[in-house]
Amino acid sequence: MVGVKWFDSWALTLAVFLPLVGALVLAALPAAMDYLVRVASMVVTFLALLAGVVVLARFDYGAGATMQFEVDRSWIEAIGTRYHLGVDGISLPLLAMSLLLCFLCAVYSSRILPEPVNARSFLALLLVLETGMNGTFAALDLILFFVFWELVLVPMFFIIAVWGGPRRGYASIKFFLYTVIGSVVMLLGFLALWYQSAPQVADRTFDMLALQELGPARFAGTFGTLVFAAIGLGFAVKVPVWPLHTWLPDAHTEAPTVGSVLLAAVLLKMGTYGFVRIALPVLPDAARIWAPTIGVLGAIAIIYGSLCCLAQRDIKRLIAYSSVGHMGFVMLGIATLTTAGINAAVFGMVAHGIITGMLFFLAGSLHDRYHTRDIVEIGGGVASKLPRWAGIFTLSCIASLGLPGLAGFWGEILAVLAAWNPAPGLSVPLFRTLAVVGMIGTLLTAGYFLWLLQRVNLGRVPDRWSGKQLGDVAAVEYTAWVPLVLLIVALGFAPRLVLGVTNPAVTGWFANLFR
Amino acid sequence: MRIDFHAILPELVLAGTALLVLVVDLFVERAKVVANYLAIAGTLAAAGALASLAPGGTRVTFGGSFVVDNYALLFKALFLGSLLLVLFMSTRYVSAGTSYQGEFYFLVLSSFVGMLLMPSSRDLLMLFLSLEIVSATGFIAAGFRKGDARSNEGALKFLLIGVLSTAVMLFGMSLVYGFTGSLRLGEIAARLQAVGGEPAAVMSVFLVVTGFAFKVSAAPFHFWAPDTYEGSPVPVAAYLSVASKAAGFAGLLQVTFVAFPSYARYWAPAFAVLAALTMLIGNVVALAQTNIVRLLAYSSVAQAGYMLVPFAVGNSGAPDARSKAFQAVLIYLLYYGVTNLGAFAVVTLISQRQPANLLADYNGLGRRSPGLAVAMTLFLLSLAGWPPFAGWYAKFVVFQSALGAGQASLTVLAVFMAVMTVVAFFYYLAVIGRMWLSPPLEEAVAAGVPSPSPLLGLSIALSVAGVIVLGILPGLLVQYAPLSTLVASR
Repeated sequence: MVGVKWFDSWALTLAVFLPLVGALVLAALPAAMDYLVRVASMVVTFLALLAGVVVLARFDYGAGATMQFEVDRSWIEAIGTRYHLGVDGISLPLLAMSLLLCFLCAVYSSRILPEPVNARSFLALLLVLETGMNGTFAALDLILFFVFWELVLVPMFFIIAVWGGPRRGYASIKFFLYTVIGSVVMLLGFLALWYQSAPQVADRTFDMLALQELGPARFAGTFGTLVFAAIGLGFAVKVPVWPLHTWLPDAHTEAPTVGSVLLAAVLLKMGTYGFVRIALPVLPDAARIWAPTIGVLGAIAIIYGSLCCLAQRDIKRLIAYSSVGHMGFVMLGIATLTTAGINAAVFGMVAHGIITGMLFFLAGSLHDRYHTRDIVEIGGGVASKLPRWAGIFTLSCIASLGLPGLAGFWGEILAVLAAWNPAPGLSVPLFRTLAVVGMIGTLLTAGYFLWLLQRVNLGRVPDRWSGKQLGDVAAVEYTAWVPLVLLIVALGFAPRLVLGVTNPAVTGWFANLFR
Repeated sequence: MRIDFHAILPELVLAGTALLVLVVDLFVERAKVVANYLAIAGTLAAAGALASLAPGGTRVTFGGSFVVDNYALLFKALFLGSLLLVLFMSTRYVSAGTSYQGEFYFLVLSSFVGMLLMPSSRDLLMLFLSLEIVSATGFIAAGFRKGDARSNEGALKFLLIGVLSTAVMLFGMSLVYGFTGSLRLGEIAARLQAVGGEPAAVMSVFLVVTGFAFKVSAAPFHFWAPDTYEGSPVPVAAYLSVASKAAGFAGLLQVTFVAFPSYARYWAPAFAVLAALTMLIGNVVALAQTNIVRLLAYSSVAQAGYMLVPFAVGNSGAPDARSKAFQAVLIYLLYYGVTNLGAFAVVTLISQRQPANLLADYNGLGRRSPGLAVAMTLFLLSLAGWPPFAGWYAKFVVFQSALGAGQASLTVLAVFMAVMTVVAFFYYLAVIGRMWLSPPLEEAVAAGVPSPSPLLGLSIALSVAGVIVLGILPGLLVQYAPLSTLVASR
């Protein structure tokens, strides 16, 4: 079965680099062929998604703990970094989510583009962004990871800066600089790991799997704690962990619809994935030392995010702060250092990606119709004006607040349950307190989402809007949104769709670290 | 003494071209730009001569003062490549700006002859000679815009500071000769070991380093750079920032790693301080600039600071640390050279219609000329160190050499360099932001963006290709970097 074998070694390379090739093709097309450009971007993202689907089909779910579809080639001999890609049970759901969302964004963008309309540049940047995101989830070498990690910064900077809202200049530069500071510190941490990995320069490695093998033996004590802080800082800026979150509300609010979707759904997950893939496995002792701090910051983020949401008048800013809160749950799950916690975290990542991606799509489409994001100006009554939009909005909001039966529930409840029984060596009273704080946070989350629904959907349509013709959900919007809605419901009823993939990997290699 | 003429063939060819260009200018009335084409032809011939030197091992001539080994070949290739790009850039710029074209190209070519001599020089006198050839012609080339007061001022500052530094360096060299009795780098290394820690000898080493520190615009010897770059014709600024700096580093590498390795415990910490100061001043002052050439000048001061960090590794006892540091400087010079020449090529093009070179002239370039704006964005991002472009790999190698030395002070220096890199992002992003976000000024729209001459377009295209390819596949050039022949043989 030569064809199948060929595919196994090329699948990830295709999934990662096909969008980049597509971006170059788009750049070469003349700007006048607008229609062709939009179709081409859909085709490219679809092909990448197809590669992902075949990977999903051929993945050995029982052996989720081992790396599959691995590619390991020499890249830069001089510094000891290799072109090493692979997926296991933890990265597969995230990679699949990224591929799906990029395709749906391309579909959405085939009809709806932000001002000033420039399909070629916008879609090319989106495709470069996709390469960076997919590569981050598939990379198994620290420097390769770093290159993909940094790759997403410039396209996102331009997407916000050229096509964003009124404060786009400020938001884009803030986003870029925050993330770059974190990245540079993270790079120093990676270099420290490399330096410590072997006494001889020739034996040193950047390979994540090799470093994981070396683990506690070589990276112990103060060195481990400091390096964890360094690489943790880089990831923490991306997640974002409170108090490094201040770039998020501005960037999410000012970005165009598709930019916000990808920023919230995928880019944030790069940070949490970094913790799960790199920081925890390679430096387990340091992770134990830092876990209480991360847990506390996660709990603060839950409460802080919720309280900020209650104060917002701008819909997008509200959803942005809700992301801060949800990432708090994910970080709480990670901080417990248990299999339940990591499962909860990865599930939370996927669920949040899908739900918040949906929410930003909805907020963007509302803005397209009302030309305002201000809740007070919209005034309510959207359920009468745009009933179908309101229905989908209601579903997404209650999914995000964690209603059982929808995707968001499992991420939150599993994280809190995991916090109730943290790993041995962690303070049980502290984590139980954090679990209680988390539960209070879910109360606040429910509060602000229900209040949002009431203020936006319900009530009488204000006079300034009552005469206007505002089209309900369009066909292209349905096409982009229906898969997400189905997934939200499916993951709510059958969390096994994600947990069944992650659990073998988590119980397989992760559990041994924190015994 | 038998002279190996093959070994000095590239220099002879280039010097001959320089003279030819000067003489041809006398006889040609109208199409003086033929001087540029002749210069290009001569450079290509010199490159051919260089290629002929590649196989055949190390050549030693002039009684051991002049050595052509892999190290020298690599640097000469860098210089000839830079010369070619500078000549491509200058075609229209110079022919539009002045009638003294033959003289201009003579000066540029002579400067590069000096640069070609530098990496081959293996005694202090040859080093001094090469440095002076590069500097003296540079002084005049910098002041080429005779009617512009700023050009005069820049050239004069360059001259005064340059002459002062050279005088100091010469004094140091004479002291070194006094202590060791020899001018040959290899012999100096052996004899300084015997001299031990004599304070005057240490002082003499620092004095010699000073002359080169001026050339590479290390702080606090950098004050000439912004004014000189601003005043000179843009192609001259380009070659001052890249090739002239590289020549200075070539000399510095030879002097520190070959002649004075026994004093590494003195000069390595000094270089650490120098590097930190240079990075700090270069980056922080660049934030305040409103002129693109001054911004690039301070940016190149900062880049020199990054390149000085591996010198601080000179005293490390870790295995391979010193040769890795040596290679890091080489790689950085190559990668920075490609990027900076590209950036200056774009500046040259824009300045043909808007000679004030203000940052505001770049507003809205993304709309006026998207291709040019994309190229400039690539160059600025590469200078900032954003993967996967060339500049990122260069910075990474420097980080790796600093952290691989295993000394706490160098780790602190690496962290400081990381912080400075982030500061640098501010001003590079500011320019990128202007190009894509700000509306263009009316004067800019009225002036329009000139279409590049074919050669200028070629130089920009080559630089873009270099920045991308060298970033993704650094192995292409990096394989030439482990030139430990120079380090190991001492």
